[in-house]
Amino acid sequence: MSVGLPPFQQLVDDHWRDVARLAASIAGPREGNDVAQEAWVRALAAYPTLAHARNLRSWLLTITARTAIDAQRATGRTAGRRADVDAAAPVAAPSAELPDEELWAGVAALPERQRLAVLLHYVGGLAHREVAVALATTPAASRRLVSDALASLRVALGDAFSPEVP
Amino acid sequence: MNRFDTALARLDATLHPPALPASDVAYALHDTSLGRLVVAVDAAGSLVACSYDPEAQVAERLARTVSPRVLRQPARLDDVRRQIDEYVAGTRRGFDLATSAVSATPFARTVLAALARVPYGATTTYHALATAIGAPRASRAVGNALGANPLVIVVPCHRVLRGDGSLGGYAGGLPAKRALLALEAAHLPGDALAAPR
Repeated sequence: MSVGLPPFQQLVDDHWRDVARLAASIAGPREGNDVAQEAWVRALAAYPTLAHARNLRSWLLTITARTAIDAQRATGRTAGRRADVDAAAPVAAPSAELPDEELWAGVAALPERQRLAVLLHYVGGLAHREVAVALATTPAASRRLVSDALASLRVALGDAFSPEVP
Repeated sequence: MNRFDTALARLDATLHPPALPASDVAYALHDTSLGRLVVAVDAAGSLVACSYDPEAQVAERLARTVSPRVLRQPARLDDVRRQIDEYVAGTRRGFDLATSAVSATPFARTVLAALARVPYGATTTYHALATAIGAPRASRAVGNALGANPLVIVVPCHRVLRGDGSLGGYAGGLPAKRALLALEAAHLPGDALAAPR
């Protein structure tokens, strides 16, 4: 209590969408909400034990990434992932969905640490220093994981792929 | 915005906030004719806040004094909100609620405990309350303690007036204090059968 933690509801209000987006990007659109829900339950349980109130967003996104990986390991990595993406795609606007399906399939095919690094960096908006903490590695290694992931995505999605909006 | 964000933006309509289990503190916003209240209970169901202060301020105070696991969970406040509504409607004169003024100082708790003995429809003064707790020269400190009352309405600080009969202050504003006093005056025990004057 002496560390001045804000009310947990403030974390939910400020960050629930970021957590849900990261969860969906790692676990797929269909599992995303379940993973986000589980991540919040874990965060709530651990919250009073935090030693300080700094980088709470980064802390939440790290929990989200770990929860997503745990969920995937629990169910086993299956070829069903891509099918899930298809099944969860909104019915409307089919033409707009195609590039996203390719993107998520490309992301799903990345090695686990590359996938986490690139999503924590580009979806979570974490700096390499924060990605490094989440993945228990160094900022230099985070940079390498992200650039390797982007190289793989370029191969999968075409040379023109760039994380920046075209 | 980057390529991932634009793809995720298309999923936004399917994303929703988490539904969290009951935790250490649950609160709700409750609009009444007296103003917006923030009401909160702890894990045991004791009322730990009933305040006119803004949501963020009350939540922060609860995080500091009870537990940082503070969640907006209106369903856990259904009974509290119903009792407040009944009180404001004049159909209830006392509250059937366990209370815990954890955020109050020990002195303030003494003041609030003495205040709880002032019955519905009655009033007292800052000086009388100070005298009742054995600190007759502490009227101003009593006023400050009442001003920081964490459990307004339920712990009836609106029943405390100045010695000259003027209203003094009130966290919910003087119109709310006036309305509460009028409400209680109009619903005194026995008055239901009294002939209109």
